[in-house]
Amino acid sequence: MASTTTTTTSAFAGTSLRFKPSLPRNRWNSFFSAIAALFSLIAVLPLFLVLAYVLFKGGSLISTSLLTQLPPAPGLEGGGIGNAILGTVIVTLVASLIAIPVGVGGGIYLAEYSRGGWFAQFVRFGTNVLSGVPSIICGVFIYGLIVSTRVFFGQSYSAMAGGIALAVLMLPTVIKTTDEALKLVPQELRWGAIGIGASRFVTITRITLPAAFTPIATGVVLGIARAAGETAPLIFTALFSPFWPEGLFNPIATMSVLIFNFAIMPYEAQNALAWAASFVLVVMILAANLLARWLGRFARV
Amino acid sequence: MTPSMPSLSHTEHPSSQFCMELENVGISYGGNEAVRGVYMQIPRGKVTAFIGPSGCGKSTVLRALNRMNDLIEGCTLKGRVIFDGQDLYDPQVDAVEVRRRIGMVFQKPNPFPKSIYENIAFGARINGFRGDMDELVERSLRKAAIWDETKDKLKESGYALSGGQQQRLCIARAIAIEPEVILMDEPCSALDPISTLKIEEMMHELKKSYTIVIVTHNMQQAVRVSDMTGFFNVTAKADGDGKVGCLEEFAPTETIFNAPSQQATQDYVSGRFG
Repeated sequence: MASTTTTTTSAFAGTSLRFKPSLPRNRWNSFFSAIAALFSLIAVLPLFLVLAYVLFKGGSLISTSLLTQLPPAPGLEGGGIGNAILGTVIVTLVASLIAIPVGVGGGIYLAEYSRGGWFAQFVRFGTNVLSGVPSIICGVFIYGLIVSTRVFFGQSYSAMAGGIALAVLMLPTVIKTTDEALKLVPQELRWGAIGIGASRFVTITRITLPAAFTPIATGVVLGIARAAGETAPLIFTALFSPFWPEGLFNPIATMSVLIFNFAIMPYEAQNALAWAASFVLVVMILAANLLARWLGRFARV
Repeated sequence: MTPSMPSLSHTEHPSSQFCMELENVGISYGGNEAVRGVYMQIPRGKVTAFIGPSGCGKSTVLRALNRMNDLIEGCTLKGRVIFDGQDLYDPQVDAVEVRRRIGMVFQKPNPFPKSIYENIAFGARINGFRGDMDELVERSLRKAAIWDETKDKLKESGYALSGGQQQRLCIARAIAIEPEVILMDEPCSALDPISTLKIEEMMHELKKSYTIVIVTHNMQQAVRVSDMTGFFNVTAKADGDGKVGCLEEFAPTETIFNAPSQQATQDYVSGRFG
């Protein structure tokens, strides 16, 4: 035993421990490091190009009148996108009011009550499938369900229909983040509450949910940010309107649909407004993501 | 210090010197039998310790005493657990009510992510306590021997305390709901010797008002704190493969450690095990 040890050490005894860049393994190492770095650079490049291009094309139009005025009639100059900004806020708010209670409630069921039975498996699977459904399908679905049937006071296109379409898009994100966040709450915390005579309801509302608040809030904000930028589900649900919003049951202007409409119009003023709206929308979504990160800082590790 | 303890009235009943009685208790997880054939009479106002090798089912039996096993899927119990004249596993018994009268302290300190004050007040509040909350918090913290360390920072998070302090906070939290029994599942296994000593001293005080059942891996601790000791052991099943836990011997602590009637107990307490 002892002799083999000595021979093994002596085989390397004369070699230097210094780093030699010319060795094949060191060359391959640097080569693949460089490749990986290059590809990760390419991966973030689109983000910076989009930001720079949108800022370049639309940033110059930023003014208070852009944020407060109505878009001009075709052929006229000036105007703003005030109605679309307000419309996006309204439609997103409607979507949040539907998706957050349903999604958080569903997540609570999955994580706290279901005990992993077949129904919970089915809901989890369904949620995953729903998150992969193209957004335009959500739009068509709501179009068929609400717009074409005119269920809301005989109105066809409406802010309400747009909000519901976005809510369908937001739901999987909210359910999944709530489910995951609650699963991260240590089991000991639940035991602690139940061990001193708390009912399951009290345990969830007073101990588990507050402990998971930060990741849930982060997920919800990300879901809202995603929904706010969607175009396809709004084109044939909320439609568009050149006027200020007229209640929840009338067509409403939104940023994304405004961009879609104005970018392809043969008028300079509309094209410029589309760029300006793109810029405002990107900034809004960026702000929502930063808010989510800021909320995430409160997460307890 | 404690003028009105509801549990004191129970200790005065000479008729029922036993707080809890287990009759032929067997517990299974799914189809897996964890422990079987446990008969035990836990005396009131005393400290009862459960000792035994890992996997012998002592924690399982402890958790059965306040129906914490309900939280584990597929866990079923045979036999009867009598507390206060009622079978805890009667279908009409409310498990939440059981846990209000039989509190539990866990192996790992698990304070709520709230202030020290709120940690104590939470349990009392959900149990419908309508009195001087400040007084209750102080009394509970004093009983858990942690008042002096926390009185100046009641508004700070429970996480700001050290591990040993957190565990005493959890004990104070269990005391605050004024239970009759306190179950402790290896409460000192994550603590240093000094914190352990403090908790053991506290248990000597607590048993004047409460019945305490403690699971411990530390035999010296069982000797120091307990009046009765139950030795659990793992034995091969007679009817096939696998192993099952059982209560080998249940007797006063002195008997268990000095003159046990079973050879296995003798081997275990003298360290000649396995």
